[in-house]
Amino acid sequence: MKLPEVEYEAPTTVAEAIDLLAEHGDEASVLAGGQSLIPLLALRLARPEVLIDINRVDELSGVSAANGHVTIGAMTREYVAEESGTVADTLPLLAAALPLIGHEAIRSRGTIGGSLAHADPAAELPAVARALDAEFVVRGPSGTRVIPAAQWFDGYLTTSRRPDELLAEVRFPAARPGTGVSFEEVARRHGDFAIVGLAASLVLSGGVISDARLAFAGVSDVPVRATAAEDLLAGERPSAELFDEAARRATEDLDPPADLHGSSDYRKTVAAAVVRRGLRAAADNAARGSN
Amino acid sequence: MADITLRVNGATRTGSPEARKTLADFLRDDLNLTGTHLGCEHGVCGACTVIVDGRAVRSCLMLAVQAAGSEVTTVEGLAPDGGHGELGPLQQAMWDSHSFQCGFCTPGFVMQATAFLSDHPDADEQQIREALSGNICRCTGYQSIIDGVLLAAQRNRTLRNRTPRNRETLSEERR
Repeated sequence: MKLPEVEYEAPTTVAEAIDLLAEHGDEASVLAGGQSLIPLLALRLARPEVLIDINRVDELSGVSAANGHVTIGAMTREYVAEESGTVADTLPLLAAALPLIGHEAIRSRGTIGGSLAHADPAAELPAVARALDAEFVVRGPSGTRVIPAAQWFDGYLTTSRRPDELLAEVRFPAARPGTGVSFEEVARRHGDFAIVGLAASLVLSGGVISDARLAFAGVSDVPVRATAAEDLLAGERPSAELFDEAARRATEDLDPPADLHGSSDYRKTVAAAVVRRGLRAAADNAARGSN
Repeated sequence: MADITLRVNGATRTGSPEARKTLADFLRDDLNLTGTHLGCEHGVCGACTVIVDGRAVRSCLMLAVQAAGSEVTTVEGLAPDGGHGELGPLQQAMWDSHSFQCGFCTPGFVMQATAFLSDHPDADEQQIREALSGNICRCTGYQSIIDGVLLAAQRNRTLRNRTPRNRETLSEERR
């Protein structure tokens, strides 16, 4: 379908974008890569009065690493992050997730900040941000706020960004030595949103798991950390029995939504399977890295 | 309405599209380049794929005003003589492989494959399948499309590997 009539603003600086957001508030939608927003407009699921297009705000793009953190500008396109040596070296979990987003042509336009601000609970990047405890830097009329991932995802397609704020950048902690990662997902078709996905990151020190981070996509209205499983894994040596028990603990309290792609019970079964697969893959990945 | 200037298939073009007009509609309705096809119009089928600044994008998920200042290539821009008979190398390989049936998805596949082969001229079958996985065809079952792109990649390789001596041998063989 054709897009509905809409006003259009194309600021070139963050300051201009914030002024426009202050003026239009929740009547405005921020247009980043457009790979989710434009379909929502076409399907009349979103009806903003104004589009504030931030594609010409150059200061919002870029990947930089400093002091153990990697900062990714909100308008950084997914293919740029995918090709970034910094991302490959310091954020292996993000690097594993990026190729799974949509298809090549989607990643040509889609952005890191756009996906995280759209906050589809079945998408890859929200699970990665949640697993790594990323921080969201938003800028608005009253200044800058830094929001931890645990508070960023507020509900289905909803974040704690206020209508007059702009997501400017996302900060990820760089992976420590001994880190192994995997992004596992089960989808009906290649490139689709996952029925269930799992971002997994393990740190192995002397053969023992010193840090475990697991976050699900597709099991709730927000990405979900599997804290009970993480607690179980910390201090243990990787084994099939351990990962079976982690899968049980990770899924015992889940109550996933049902839709035409799968019932709640099916999603729970798939969730346990991706935990087992994801942990095995992350442990193998960590073992290979330390050799 | 905004005045925009962009390059399409090597020529400078201007227009005044409404903000809500997608690049796909601008190409088709305003520039009369109807080779770009619209299937689903919400980014699922890949039929409208064009190349913008060297990357394959879905022209139904990009506004025309966002293409201001960009270099756009559509399926009309692939043939050496502007589409009046002669085919580009990928198009020829797909023709030779009977890649398509009804032709609706064709421009999207051809543009996606063009962008992909320019970055990965030695692509193998698995990579080609992955690269084309976002394009939907309802006729062929995909095998003939993959065959066509593989043939184009093989011909790329053959061309590149021809040393002057090899070239002589090849023309000898042809005689």
